[in-house]
Amino acid sequence: MNKPLPLLKVSGLTKSFGGVMAVLNVSFELKEGELLGIIGPNGSGKTTLVNLVTGFVKPNSGRVEYRGKNITGWAPYKVVGLGISRTFQMVRPFYQLPAFKNLIVPLYSSRVKKLAGGKYGDRNAVALDLLEEVGFERDARVAYKVAGSLPQGYLKRLELAKGMALRPDLIILDELFSGLSLAEVASIVPIIEKLRFQGITIIMIEHRLKELFRIADRVLVLNYGEKIAEGPGEEVMESEPVKKAYLGSETQ
Amino acid sequence: MKKRKERIDRGIKARSEDIFALSSYREMLYLLAPRAVPVVGLLGVAPFMSPYWQEIFISTAIYALLAISWDLLISAGLVSLGQSLFYGIGSYIAGTLNHYWGWSPLFTIPVATVGGGLLCTVFLLPVLRLRGIYFAMVTLVLPLMFSRLVEATRILGGTEGLPGLTPFPNQLTALYVIQLALLAALFGFRRLMASDYGLVIKGINDNDRSVMNAGINIYWYKTQILFLGASVGSFAGAFGTHIDMFAGMPGFALDYAIMPVAAAVVGGMGTFAGPMIGAFILVPLSEILRALGALRIVFYGLFLVIFIVALPEGIFHYVQRKYHQLERWVELV
Amino acid sequence: MFIGTLVYGFINSCILALLAIGFNLTFGISGVANFAYGAIYIFSGFLTWIILNSIGLPYLLSVVISVLCAALIGLLVYYIVILRVKGLALSEVMATFGLGLAIMELFRYFDFVGFKYTLPVFFDGSIGFGEVYVDYQRLFIALIAVGLTLFLYLFTRHSKTGLAFRAIAQDERTALTFGIDSDRIGALSMAFGAALAAIAAIVILPLGTIAVEGGYEVLINALAVCIVGGLGSTVGILVASVLIGYAQTFTANYLEPHWMMLVSLIAIAVVLTIKPSGLFSRQKELEERI
Repeated sequence: MNKPLPLLKVSGLTKSFGGVMAVLNVSFELKEGELLGIIGPNGSGKTTLVNLVTGFVKPNSGRVEYRGKNITGWAPYKVVGLGISRTFQMVRPFYQLPAFKNLIVPLYSSRVKKLAGGKYGDRNAVALDLLEEVGFERDARVAYKVAGSLPQGYLKRLELAKGMALRPDLIILDELFSGLSLAEVASIVPIIEKLRFQGITIIMIEHRLKELFRIADRVLVLNYGEKIAEGPGEEVMESEPVKKAYLGSETQ
Repeated sequence: MKKRKERIDRGIKARSEDIFALSSYREMLYLLAPRAVPVVGLLGVAPFMSPYWQEIFISTAIYALLAISWDLLISAGLVSLGQSLFYGIGSYIAGTLNHYWGWSPLFTIPVATVGGGLLCTVFLLPVLRLRGIYFAMVTLVLPLMFSRLVEATRILGGTEGLPGLTPFPNQLTALYVIQLALLAALFGFRRLMASDYGLVIKGINDNDRSVMNAGINIYWYKTQILFLGASVGSFAGAFGTHIDMFAGMPGFALDYAIMPVAAAVVGGMGTFAGPMIGAFILVPLSEILRALGALRIVFYGLFLVIFIVALPEGIFHYVQRKYHQLERWVELV
Repeated sequence: MFIGTLVYGFINSCILALLAIGFNLTFGISGVANFAYGAIYIFSGFLTWIILNSIGLPYLLSVVISVLCAALIGLLVYYIVILRVKGLALSEVMATFGLGLAIMELFRYFDFVGFKYTLPVFFDGSIGFGEVYVDYQRLFIALIAVGLTLFLYLFTRHSKTGLAFRAIAQDERTALTFGIDSDRIGALSMAFGAALAAIAAIVILPLGTIAVEGGYEVLINALAVCIVGGLGSTVGILVASVLIGYAQTFTANYLEPHWMMLVSLIAIAVVLTIKPSGLFSRQKELEERI
């Protein structure tokens, strides 16, 4: 076989909550090292799709394969153990703890221990390094501030650091840019590019299309739980079904 | 002129935060004193008390152990309304081993501790995945049901229980065993919860989805905490059995269920020292008021409600705050 | 014997259901845990007795006063205790638990113990179903149970207050935006639940004596039914009541009465192993929480 295995293969994922069809028969493949964007109007099932892949929600039907292994319905901690990490749309750190202490929990996971060769090492130091990487200025000692006192921009970076702490091979970022100013987004993009450079595969759910299209290889469009388009960003935005989904159809 | 209340750390606290900054005896004393109090207070004072007060002391210490183990469970978000389950199971295991097979307390107590811990963990395992209220309900219901079960089936001595069990060689031994256990639990759990492991546990309580997302199997950690708490509770039960030389249905009594909750609320949840203080306040007080008989549970219940409404943070948090910080009125500028 | 067991099993199920729906209303439906439920039950019983015997008012009046008092207590408990402890995890469980125990043991302390503490039945006499005789009081209980269940079902689905009850349990914030005063509704829900406990006490207690132990029995049984049936699910409560009620009656008639507790215990054990959240629970999966 010439073609390498896709890193992530999702086939026919379906999930309904009561009568609501959140995700309907969604399939896609992700190559290693890609940056895939997932876009779509609100309520189109983007976060649910991520929940299905990472094990927070069990699908009604369909398959999720990671490096060829069937991980459908696996518990979240097991999925993380394989190397898939995700951030949450609604950022909720441990508000009473200093920022760097927030990273202790992910650094406590068995995956980190395994990758470090069986020993944990100095978690505090690793946490501080990680935060510096995501832009917590070291000399301003921002990392020592209590998470509850930090503005949204820093909290989003903290969330990103939590995902990175697990040393994932695939990281899923759920609306990382939401609530951030243009300048803040511009300062986070280099961090994401650095992750790409390190070979990490990335999925980004976003509403900020312009910023996303600049860095994404490919984009997936969801609407009412179904995949309606897939391809390079600008191309996809020109297609009829996507335009209709975002802008609505003309009424006579 | 308008004033506001300002609360700042005391100078000596700021200086003594970092271990490398301990440069004066005063700072060391500041840190040591609160920790020395229970150690000296317990180990030093107890042998000099009259036998009557020593008995009360032992009883208080047993309750304090239950309260401390309750506090451990609540750190993980598990509200136990049935510490009496752990006490009763530990009591029956030790009692059975001693009564039917003549094992000495040296063996019954450790076996009852671990066995009781395992058994109770198994009972409560299914509800660990559910909302906290289910854990509360099941811990409330199980000891009451076991008690009635013993009464109905008349096993393990039925309503009479297992009398005439082996006591401790002398009261002083019992005194020191329980005190050492208490201090070990107090300082051990405090250390545990201050470590990164404790951070994970508190994280599970605060935001379990986040901890799951960090690649940690929260149910395994909850199970560990449950086992620890149940074991300490079973130890208390096994110990109490050899003090009373009796094991029976009263091991599942509501006193053991409500007192730890009251002690923790009064003393301060999550601090381990708080529940211990709460126990050392409530139990001797209820002994002094012993003339009022059945009023004990009323007493605990009322204290619980009054404190949870009026001073929910508990005495220890309040005192700790005063110790570490000073408050003063400053002018608004 | 078999017909008798069938009939009495049904009555027993009705009793259990009657006990559980009050608890379920406040917790399952409105999200307010009331572990003082057993205490309110016994309190209503003793209060009725006191008004009837010591003060000497007619029975019906005593009953009405008791139910109102119970509702008042529910309101008071909400405003004095529950409101102040909101925010702390499960603090209302601990607080009402403490309060409930305090109340029940207070009765024991003031010596409300003995066979003289009974309530008169509403209807004397009995009716025969073939060879089985069922007293009117028990039939009355069944009637009340069925009636109340129906009433609650309709109330929580078709009345504004009833829907509000469900709203504050599902999503308090959204309910607030609809103009539902969650404090007032929560208090009302507790009052309702307390009143239900009182009604249950008044129809059931005449079957025996009013004893503090009964308060604990009520709490155990209500919790057992809720654990087996699933918190918040009225259908679950009903099914669990029937299951446990019949199992208890069969055990009492064909084995021995004191094995009844074992039955409840086994039911809980089985449910905990197979479906811990209850047979008909609508326990939302972890990830649907924010």
